[in-house]
Amino acid sequence: MKITSSWLKDHLKTSANIEKIVSTLNNIGLEVESVGATDKNNFFLVAKIIKAEKHPNADKLKLCDVDIGSGKILKVVCGASNARDGLLTVYAKPGAIIPKNQLKIKVTNIRGVDSYGMLCSESELGLSDESQGIIELDSKKFKVGNSYFKNNSEPAIDISITPNRSDCLGVRGIARDLSTAGLGKLIELQQTKLKTNIKNPFKVIIQSNSGCSSFTHCYIEGIKNSESPKWLKDKLIAVGMNPISAVVDITNYIMLDLNRPLHAYDADKIERKVIVRSSKKGEKFLALDNNNYSLEDGACLITNEKEILGLGGVIGGESSSISLDTKNIFLESALFDPAKISKAAKKLGINSDAKFRFERGVDPNTMEYGLKLAAQIINKLCGGKISNLVASGEGNFKNKQIKFNSKKFEKIIGSKISTAEINKILNNLGFKFKESKNVYSIIVPTWRPDINEEVDIVEELIRIRGYDKIQLINPEVDSSKNILTGKQKLQRFAQRSIANKGFMETVTYSFTSSKIDSLFDLHNKNLLITNPISNDLNALRSSIFSNLLIHAKNNIHRNFEDQKIFECGPVFFGSKPGEQIVVIGGIQIGKIYRKNWLEKDKDVDVFEIKDIVYKTLIELGIDEQELSIIQESESYYHPGRSGKFFLSSNKQSPLANFGEINPKIIKELDIKYGPVFGFQIFLNNIPVINKQNTEKKFKYLVSNFQKIERDFAFIIDKKFEAEKIINALFNVDKKLIKKIRIFDVFQGGNIEKNKKSVALNLVIQSQDKTLNDKEIDELSNKIIQTMQKSFDATLRS
Amino acid sequence: MDEILHLEKEFKSKIDQSENLHKIEQVKSEAFGKNGKIGELFKKITTLQGEDRKNFASNLNKLKDNINNLINSKINLFEQTEINKKLSEDRIDVTLPGRPITFGKIHPVTQVIDEVTAIFGEIGFSVAEGPDVENEYNNFTALNTPPHHPARDMHDTFYLGQNKEILLRTHTSPVQIRTMLSGKPPFKIIAPGRTYRCDSDQTHTPMFHQVEGLHIDKNVNMGHLKGVLDYFIRKFFEVDKIKMRFRPSHFPFTEPSAEVDIGYELKDGKIVIGEGDKWLEILGCGMVHPNVLKNCKVNTSMYQGYAFGIGIDRLAMLKYGINDLRSFFETDVRWLEHYGFDPLDIPANYRGFSR
Repeated sequence: MKITSSWLKDHLKTSANIEKIVSTLNNIGLEVESVGATDKNNFFLVAKIIKAEKHPNADKLKLCDVDIGSGKILKVVCGASNARDGLLTVYAKPGAIIPKNQLKIKVTNIRGVDSYGMLCSESELGLSDESQGIIELDSKKFKVGNSYFKNNSEPAIDISITPNRSDCLGVRGIARDLSTAGLGKLIELQQTKLKTNIKNPFKVIIQSNSGCSSFTHCYIEGIKNSESPKWLKDKLIAVGMNPISAVVDITNYIMLDLNRPLHAYDADKIERKVIVRSSKKGEKFLALDNNNYSLEDGACLITNEKEILGLGGVIGGESSSISLDTKNIFLESALFDPAKISKAAKKLGINSDAKFRFERGVDPNTMEYGLKLAAQIINKLCGGKISNLVASGEGNFKNKQIKFNSKKFEKIIGSKISTAEINKILNNLGFKFKESKNVYSIIVPTWRPDINEEVDIVEELIRIRGYDKIQLINPEVDSSKNILTGKQKLQRFAQRSIANKGFMETVTYSFTSSKIDSLFDLHNKNLLITNPISNDLNALRSSIFSNLLIHAKNNIHRNFEDQKIFECGPVFFGSKPGEQIVVIGGIQIGKIYRKNWLEKDKDVDVFEIKDIVYKTLIELGIDEQELSIIQESESYYHPGRSGKFFLSSNKQSPLANFGEINPKIIKELDIKYGPVFGFQIFLNNIPVINKQNTEKKFKYLVSNFQKIERDFAFIIDKKFEAEKIINALFNVDKKLIKKIRIFDVFQGGNIEKNKKSVALNLVIQSQDKTLNDKEIDELSNKIIQTMQKSFDATLRS
Repeated sequence: MDEILHLEKEFKSKIDQSENLHKIEQVKSEAFGKNGKIGELFKKITTLQGEDRKNFASNLNKLKDNINNLINSKINLFEQTEINKKLSEDRIDVTLPGRPITFGKIHPVTQVIDEVTAIFGEIGFSVAEGPDVENEYNNFTALNTPPHHPARDMHDTFYLGQNKEILLRTHTSPVQIRTMLSGKPPFKIIAPGRTYRCDSDQTHTPMFHQVEGLHIDKNVNMGHLKGVLDYFIRKFFEVDKIKMRFRPSHFPFTEPSAEVDIGYELKDGKIVIGEGDKWLEILGCGMVHPNVLKNCKVNTSMYQGYAFGIGIDRLAMLKYGINDLRSFFETDVRWLEHYGFDPLDIPANYRGFSR
């Protein structure tokens, strides 16, 4: 909502300067976004094309280097055939709104090149119908960097009105607030003196459930519509509105002044019987914006028997629109249901000033006054004869009544307020009230649909009194509760544990490209986003790897081949709330280190990534004895070079998996610098250690008796995994065998094709004596027998 | 006795003549080894009687100690010389670079979440969580934003499915609803997390982070809200004094509502928080609307309280001088290296936030 100081002074008797007005507006919750000339002045600059080249990826487009003044050169993509070196033209900055189509200019990527703004044609700026090529300016008359539109209007104060304050969508509402805040006196509304001298020929029928509760109208005959007088045009231009013609400008003026939208129809283009009804699905309607809309059901329509005249409270129809030739008009001042307006406009994608106001709430009691005022000004500026006003529908608008106990203020705000101050504020805001023993019976003015209960009154009082008057109460240190749950601690610990192993933490979007995500197991179509911002980000990710791989590829393009990156975040397995788990996923590509004077290059391998996962799991509190690996993996890993970690007691939920990412996926993603290794830790499956530190240590038990080491080498079938062998050997004598190390695995040579040689080192130690040769030999024999029995293994000679 | 003197002379001369470790070891073995000359002489003690025996034994022991000491000090001398020789020869250039090390980093968003958690944790808040995918009720309706409320238009919402019932949460506020529905007052939580809006340009990304705060108890008023935020901002920006401004605003789920600005100035193109006459909006807050409490079955005649929502990425940008929001989510290893944190830099009250 834009206002000017002079417009404000139509309603507020004040000597305050613009700085004081702005700071007061901010203090009472009417946030000032900017003060200055209108957008047009700030966003359209005279600019010079330094160089115009063919766009590298498009034949019909040009890529221009544009000087926008003070030495700033920008790249702008332009389609005009006359864009050429040295041309002086009009440049629209990002943020500019193009007058022709009301589109907002953004920095956009056009066929692979970022374009910072737009070069404009006369038609785009609403200057003429000339749309062939961009404007060509005379370098004698225009200077690069200057505003193209002349800056002769008063500075506008642009206020961001919160959705609750519909009353401030009119200058008068803002004036009332400023007056209450002590900035001046609110000027009484001028009385209308309407001379009605003809009979209103129109009959309006409001059907039930139409979405229109009330409709007041009059007919004005024999006017001469024309360009508006300067005072009116200046007022509208200053707040960024294009003047059209006197009749239309007057309805806009009343809307901006009083938050009272009106609509004027060319009476010669419509029948005398007007029916307000609800739309039926499939009905078509050509609106003032020249768009042909196909309607859903439930929208409020202003109709004749044969045709639709307007979408009530949203936009008028093209067929009955006002032109400079219009002689007779039918003027509407109505009340529409906010929810229906909002629903209909959203479905059709229309965002009009009227819709914006009706969906927030319009004072029903301005219906008649606004209509009369408009008729009076039209009569004054365009002549004509005015009919009597006819009102249909509801006419009695009840005020809301609420009780307010002034103690509530102290309870919510923390400090007291005097009765005198309450009375003054309520009075100035237009509330009527009676007070008895701190309890107020308040009658809410009809322009305040946002005031419904006690706390709303509290807010009004503190808002005007000033939030700076709220007494700050310092918090007290309180460590009586746990800050984090066990799961939350686990996650935070895991993030830092992985980072401490040389991985860079990243944060990527929770969505990704469905095309890439579907290379991984869990992707399903329920994860598709209905309204994605782009096809590359069109689905919730089912795998943490999708984005990591996309970004790793970008890093390779930045010449960073060796990478260790990880992310901790949600992945999704369904579209219902809660169908997500937290995963830590990481990838490593390239060399562990490059050649140096000590060693040669070292490539990443599966064991590098496995160790990282293993160490982290131990650090997360998993008992080493409980940890088990299975050589079985998901299809997104290389089938022979990947595995999963489980707790031996729970083979259902993997704690983690790791391996080489399936080379097929790497090829699909066109990552040229492979192989890529990855891991995932499923934090939801990691048990939370719920032990006090005092319980964590069990009895200290060590043996001081001599330990013996024995080496064995077995020939064994390839299919037997190391973990199985180790587990079997520990089971031979859990008390005596302390440690088993595999120090060699060998295939080929003189060993049979399906076999391998596995060399093991065992540490043997008793808890209560020094073992003698006989006991050691017995144990050795048991080990050899177990290997034979369990794996058909033979001792290698 | 002559034998003793003779041996003494003999070994002293041998010791003198030994010019290396090997030689002296030989002398040692000759004296004290198996059948060593001094050892052998001890056998003679048994053949003597009386005063002679006493004198002989005493002199022999003296000789043994004497020779032993001489040999050992000579051995020691040779060993020292050898070690010194080795040490002086065995020299490498330790300024040569060692094996390459890679350092990991923690993302600024994680770091800031941990900082925020440490600050609020100290004054009694605990961390709550909620899902990224939400239903329309928790994200809007329960927060006093019924269908067709204009405030819904201000959130560019991502939807899953055509009926618009399931969405990506547009703020962390639905965690308020989940927390209150699943427990009994009092409530004192913060909820950091990912939030989503379909908006993407220079200053907006379709995903960003917020931290929600909620404190509901019997006598929590707006003064407490002001105090908590003042405390938070001072601690977070690590300054003693902060210029803070509460401005009336509107959120459907709070009444009264406020936006909070902090004072700053630009020094050499960098934002300095806490001084200067410029204002920067950093958060929204207010007293929880009674309708929200009612929707969560909280007795409004007994309980009231405040809520706030802060943009985490924005906090990180301000504190650490990061000027492009989009760069947070681009995984450029150079950016991560520059703006990331050492994993051992764990923000905690006992050790402070900065080293």
